[in-house]
Amino acid sequence: MNIIVCIKQVPETTEVRINPETNTLMREGVKSIINPFDMYAIEEALRLKERFGGKVSVITMGPPQADAALREAISMGADEGYLVCDRAFAGSDTWATSYTLAGAIKKLEPYDLIICGKQASDGDTAQVGPGISTHLNIPQVTYVKKVEEATDKSMRLERMLEEGYEIIQTPLPALLTVVKEINEPRIPSLKGLMRAKNAKIIMFTQKELNLDPQQIGLCGSPTQVVKIFTPTPRVGGQILKGEVPDIVKELVELIKGEVN
Amino acid sequence: MDYLLTEEQKMIKDLAHKIAEEKIRPVAAKYDISEEYPWEVLKVMGESDMFGLFIPEEYGGFANSTMNLCLATEEFSRACGGIAVCYAASALGTIPIVLFGTDEQKKKYLPALASGKRVAAFAITEPEAGSDASAIKTVAKKVGDHYVLNGLKHFITNAGDAETYVVIAMTDKSKGARGASAFIVEKGTAGFTFGKKEDKFGIRASSTRELIFTDCKIPAENLLAKEGMGFIVTMRTFDMSRPGVAAQALGIAQGALELAVKYVRQRVQFGKSISSFQGIQWMLADMATEVEAARGLVYATARMVDAGIKDVAKESAMAKMYASDVAMKVTVDALQLFGGYGYMKDYPIEKYVRDAKITQIYEGTNQVQRGIIALKLIKEMAK
Repeated sequence: MNIIVCIKQVPETTEVRINPETNTLMREGVKSIINPFDMYAIEEALRLKERFGGKVSVITMGPPQADAALREAISMGADEGYLVCDRAFAGSDTWATSYTLAGAIKKLEPYDLIICGKQASDGDTAQVGPGISTHLNIPQVTYVKKVEEATDKSMRLERMLEEGYEIIQTPLPALLTVVKEINEPRIPSLKGLMRAKNAKIIMFTQKELNLDPQQIGLCGSPTQVVKIFTPTPRVGGQILKGEVPDIVKELVELIKGEVN
Repeated sequence: MDYLLTEEQKMIKDLAHKIAEEKIRPVAAKYDISEEYPWEVLKVMGESDMFGLFIPEEYGGFANSTMNLCLATEEFSRACGGIAVCYAASALGTIPIVLFGTDEQKKKYLPALASGKRVAAFAITEPEAGSDASAIKTVAKKVGDHYVLNGLKHFITNAGDAETYVVIAMTDKSKGARGASAFIVEKGTAGFTFGKKEDKFGIRASSTRELIFTDCKIPAENLLAKEGMGFIVTMRTFDMSRPGVAAQALGIAQGALELAVKYVRQRVQFGKSISSFQGIQWMLADMATEVEAARGLVYATARMVDAGIKDVAKESAMAKMYASDVAMKVTVDALQLFGGYGYMKDYPIEKYVRDAKITQIYEGTNQVQRGIIALKLIKEMAK
């Protein structure tokens, strides 16, 4: 089974600071890690490889330092790392990112399965995985919490819902996004770390991918970030006390005040 | 302090740190209470090649280095001295085979030990033979192509859970210390059973039991080295492993120091953080300096062993004695900094005090270590 795992390098903090002038994330001084949800994607790919054989390729789009994320995945047991990296891809939103990654994945054909984390911990959109499957025209199953059955032709999956789960059967190739309930990511081995240190990371630039210039980078991104801010915490409600008829009267006045 | 570790050593330290934080710390209290053997953690250590650090590559390991063993043991002990000793005691049981095993013995035992699927134990101590190891009574009698073992070993770490045991027994009592020999004994051998599991003050995740040999027949090829070399096997093994015990003490001290610094920063009394009081600051400064001094001694000794310097008995003794005395003092001070909360089991610090104590006792009490150091000093001066 040839499996491709899409990962993203993100800052290691849940309290990402935002530059109020440029509306971009402030990455300075913050350690970079693999997006935690992508760790489950890597682990599931490795488990499927252990069952069915084949290989696991990890791919990421990002700046040259995203190389470290690919090497970490290799240290866990992934076979190959691909870095999609070009100034032309800078400023991509989820549309342009999924278009670009889909273009890179076409270079890795044939594949049986693509696995992504359910969303990235910095952007929290959960759009890139489904976007890739749309660009590649393959089925997608999001929020997978368990692989019930797998053959080289199809998979039966448990997909997490807000209440309960549904069982979905999908032909392969398909794209899955996984949730943290699916597994517990392994710790790398020393031999894996050694291998990762010397592994060759293959770089894809716009030159190799030859994508539609209108659909990549900032100009291929329909999303315009107008403003990013940390929402102000909700203030506690007001509790009215006293006799019911008086409170009702007071409440009506308060609502009127709010409306006006 | 920067100890100028190599890239490989940094990698080992970082990986051991990751295992400690993600897999050991969250379960440390659980195993301290239950006294179960922490197989789930040992499995992770095995999969990460940590048991390979003291086993050569050709037998499925990664290298054979005391420094590597120390780095890993220190990191594990930062999170739990009990779980760390399960690891370190397996090293203690494996090292004699690495040092003295024939190619056949190494091929038979080391790959499974390198993967962590099996753990090892080393058995010399007996009820009447603690610091005085020459008083051991367990005997091994050669009968045809077998040895027959009879006797009792006690306070054996990993006993019951380990599969592979290196046991010291007398083959010729008349020769005294030169009449001891080392044997590899496998769990499950007829006549080899275990006594009760000890209920310990600290390092409770590790198992400590008696080994009971009753007409236990083992093949003659399980003799390690030659007859009469039992104490040489033991001494050479301890020279390599003693820095590991020092590293365990060092890790426990470091772990307690970190918890104490973290606690005093958040504890507020008299309207301010107690970390702003000079009395507290001076305690922290002393603790940190002592821990760093211990680290310097431990690493320097480990590097001597790895460089192949033959006589490291004095340095090994100094490292073990100093690091364990520091661990005892620093953990007690750390508990003091936690105040009343530190005395409660809801907080992790009291466990560090309990775990630290054993490091002053086992693998040679600190009194024995001082004896070794003094004797060496006097001998050196007499030259």
